[in-house]
Amino acid sequence: MAVLEIVGVTKRFGSLLANDGITLSLAEGEILALLGENGAGKTTLMNILFGHYTADEGHINVAGETLTPGSPDAAIAAGIGMVHQHFTLADNLSVLENVILGRESLWSWRQDKARGRDHILTMARDFGLEVDPDALISELSLGERQRVEILKALYGDAQVLILDEPTAVLTPQETDSLFETLRRLVGQGRSVVIISHKLHEILSVSDRVAVLRRGAIVGTVKTHEADRDSLAELMVGRSVVRPKAEPMAPGEEVLRLDKVSLGAAKLDGIELSVRAHEIVGIAGVAGNGQADLASVISGLARPSSGRITLFGEGPVQLTPEGVVAAGVGRIPEDRNAIGVIGAMTVWENLSSEDIRRPPASRGGFLLDKPAARARAGELIEAYDVRCKGPDAETGLLSGGNIQKLILARALSREPKLILANQPVRGLDEGAIAYVHKRLLAARSRGAGILLITEDLDELLALADRVAVMYRGRLTESYAVGDVTVPELGLMMAGQKLAGARHAV
Amino acid sequence: MRFEPREHVSVLAAVVAPVAGVAAALLLCSGLILWTGESVGEAYWLLLKGAFGTKFALTETLSRATPLILTGLAAAVAFRAKFWNIGAEGQLYCGALAVTWLGTGMITLHPVLMIPLLFLVGALGGGAALLVPVILKNRLKVDEVVTTLLLNFVILLLVSYLLEGPWKDPMLMGWPQAAPIIDEGVLPQLVAKTRLHLGLIVAVAAALIVWLVMTFTVWGYEIRAVGHNAAAAAFSGIKINRTIIRTALLSGGLAGMAGVTEVAGLKGYLTLDLSPGFGYAGIAVAMLAQLHPLGILASALFLSAIYVGADSMSRGVNIPTYIADVLVATSMLAVVLSVMLARFRIRFS
Repeated sequence: MAVLEIVGVTKRFGSLLANDGITLSLAEGEILALLGENGAGKTTLMNILFGHYTADEGHINVAGETLTPGSPDAAIAAGIGMVHQHFTLADNLSVLENVILGRESLWSWRQDKARGRDHILTMARDFGLEVDPDALISELSLGERQRVEILKALYGDAQVLILDEPTAVLTPQETDSLFETLRRLVGQGRSVVIISHKLHEILSVSDRVAVLRRGAIVGTVKTHEADRDSLAELMVGRSVVRPKAEPMAPGEEVLRLDKVSLGAAKLDGIELSVRAHEIVGIAGVAGNGQADLASVISGLARPSSGRITLFGEGPVQLTPEGVVAAGVGRIPEDRNAIGVIGAMTVWENLSSEDIRRPPASRGGFLLDKPAARARAGELIEAYDVRCKGPDAETGLLSGGNIQKLILARALSREPKLILANQPVRGLDEGAIAYVHKRLLAARSRGAGILLITEDLDELLALADRVAVMYRGRLTESYAVGDVTVPELGLMMAGQKLAGARHAV
Repeated sequence: MRFEPREHVSVLAAVVAPVAGVAAALLLCSGLILWTGESVGEAYWLLLKGAFGTKFALTETLSRATPLILTGLAAAVAFRAKFWNIGAEGQLYCGALAVTWLGTGMITLHPVLMIPLLFLVGALGGGAALLVPVILKNRLKVDEVVTTLLLNFVILLLVSYLLEGPWKDPMLMGWPQAAPIIDEGVLPQLVAKTRLHLGLIVAVAAALIVWLVMTFTVWGYEIRAVGHNAAAAAFSGIKINRTIIRTALLSGGLAGMAGVTEVAGLKGYLTLDLSPGFGYAGIAVAMLAQLHPLGILASALFLSAIYVGADSMSRGVNIPTYIADVLVATSMLAVVLSVMLARFRIRFS
C-alpha cells in the first residue's frame, strides 16, 4: 500500500516550470531515490511535500488522506520528517534541546527533558543513531550532526523520512552507517525518500529510483534493474562522460610547502609539493583544515611558520594580488560567498582580479567600461557562461554558470598553478564534466593543480597523487593507484595508512 | 504571501518608486492634518508656497539644502562601503572648527585661493574626525556605529569649550561665538540680499564628482565591492582596510565641507547652534536617495523644502512645525517600501 502519493503536482516560479505534473508514490518499507541534477526540481518537490511551498496544481495523499497544502505542521502531524540539505541545528544548544525544540506544548510550564532523553536513546538504539543527548551541537562532527537531524525528523514518530542530499558532508564510512540506519528504518515499516545526484549511492541504498529532469519525471526504475550509465543518461538527457586524467610526466615543481603551520592547530606542519602537469588531490572531511590550506595558498592568510615556495622562485608576496600576479589561478570553495559579488555585474566580477590593469582600467584609476565589457563578452563566449550579457547581475546566474565565470576569470590568465577548492560542489553532471575538462586541459597545457575535494569520485578520476587532511595535518601523498576508497575513508577518519591497511 | 525578485528593474521604475513613496507619505500625513481640523489642501499649499513660492522662500530652501547635500553625500559614500558613519554631525563641526581656525585671520589670501583653501581644510578637518573610528575598526574591529555616534558629543563639547574659552570673540562681550571669517574667506552671495551663497554650487559639484568617482573609477568600484561583499572583494585582491580608510576620509571630508558652507557661507562665524542636526538628517537624505549621489540632490531639496515650508505653514494655519519631522519620517518609511515593491513582486498563494 502506498504511504505517500504525489498526484499531478505542478509548480511554477514565474516563467520557470519547476515541477511539471509529477505523480509518484512511495510504498511502505521502501527506499525511493529521487535522482536529478541541480535545478531539476527535486528540492522544490520535497518542499511542496513538506509544506514550505504550495503546489499550483495537484495534491499529496499521506496514508490515503489529502495533506493540507502549505503547512509544515500538517506534514509533521501526518508523519513526514524532513532532513534538510543544510543543517538546521542550533550550535549552542544540546542534542536533546535541539531535538525537542518546537515539539513541546507552549502551555506547559516545564520541559519534560527526561521523557525526551528516553525517547532519543530508544530511537538511537533502534536505528543505530548513537549520539550523546547532552552534547552540544558545536562539539559534534558533521556525521553526528546529521544523526541529530535524523533523530529530530523521527522524533514525532515520522513514518516517512525525507533526506535532501544527506551524504554531502559525510566520509564514506559515515555514509555507509547512514545507509545502514535507513535500512533499519524501512525494516521496521517506515519509508524513506532520499534525494541525491550521486549515482553509486543511489544504486547501493535504494529500492526504486525516480529520475527528474527539468521538473518532470522522466523515468522510474527498480534499482536492481538499473546501472550507473543508464541512470546518468536518464538524468542528464544525453550521455555525459566525465573525463578521466591521462597519465602524464610531471614537470618542474610549481608549489612547495615546507612545514607550513597556521594558528594553534589549524594547519600543522604541512609538507606538500605540486609539479607542472600534475594534479595533487587533497581529500578529507570538511572542516579538517582544507579551507585554511586554501587560504594560505591563495594569499588570504599568512602562515604562522613554515615556507611557501611558488614556481621555485624566492618568496612571492603572499597576498591575493601577489599570488595572482605570480601566476596562481584560484577557484574558491564557496563561490557565492567569496568567489563572486552577487550584487555586481558579470563584467565587474570577471574583472575583479585585474581591476587596476588594462583592459579593465586605464592608469590604474579610470575604469574602461567598454573594454572591460568587451573582454567579458569574449570570456562569456569562450567559457559558455549562460547569462544575458556582461551587464547581467551575477547573483541571478545558476551555480554552474557562476562557476564557469570563476573558471573564466582564473583560467584565462593561463596560470601555472591552479588551486581548485571543491570546484564542482553542487554542480550538475554537465557542469561537472565541463569543469573537469577545463582543469585537465590546463594540466595538459602545463599547469600544476592542487585539487581539494570531499568527492572521492572526483579525486580518483582526476588526481595523480592523493593526500588526506585530518585535523590540520596532511598525510604523505600516494599515487592514486596505490590507495583504495576504504583506505582513504579510514585516513579521513584519522587513521594512519599502515593502520588503515591493517583494518581493511 | 511571498516576495520574488524582479529580474529587471527599469530606470523609470527606479525613479518613480521613491516619488510614489513620497506621495503616499503626503497622503498618510493628511490624516494628521485633518485631525488638527485644518484643510489638507490649504496646509500643503502653504507648505509648497513657503518652500518655493517667493524668491526669498526659494533661496532659503536652496541654502538649507546645501549642507544637506553634503552630509547626504557623506552618508551615501560611507554606506555604499557598509561603513556606518553616523558621525557626520561631529565631522561637520570639525570642518567648521578647521575653517574657523584658518579663516579668522591666520592667513589672508585672495578669495580665489582663500575659498578653495577653506574648503580643503574643512574637508581635512572632517576627515580627521573619522580617523580614530576607522583605525579602531580596522585594527580592533570596534563597531564604527558606536564610535562615530559618540564622537559627535565629544566634538560638540570641544566646540563648546573653545567657544566659551580660547576662541570666544572678545568683541562680543560674553556671547559664545567665534570671531568672524575674514572677508576674503566669506562665500559670495549667489542672489543679492538673500542667504543663498556659493556653497550650493560647491555642493552640487561635489554630488557630480562623487557620482563620477563612484561610477567611473577603480575607487568607486572598490568601495562598491567592499560594501556588497567584503570577503569576495578581499579574495580578488582588493585591500579592504585601505578602501575603508579612503571611504571614511571621503565621507568625513564631505561632512566637513558642510561645516565650511555654514560657517563661511550662511553665518560667517562659528556658534554652538551652527547645525540643527544636518549630520543626522544627511542619513535620511542618503536613504531617500537610495545612496545615489545624483538622487541626493533631489532628496536634499525635498527635505529642506519640507522643513522650510513647514515653518511657513505653521504661521498660516494652526499646525505645529513638528509635522515636518513626521512628514520626513513617513516619507523615509514609504520610500523604503515603494523601492522594495519596485524590486520585488508580491505573490499571494
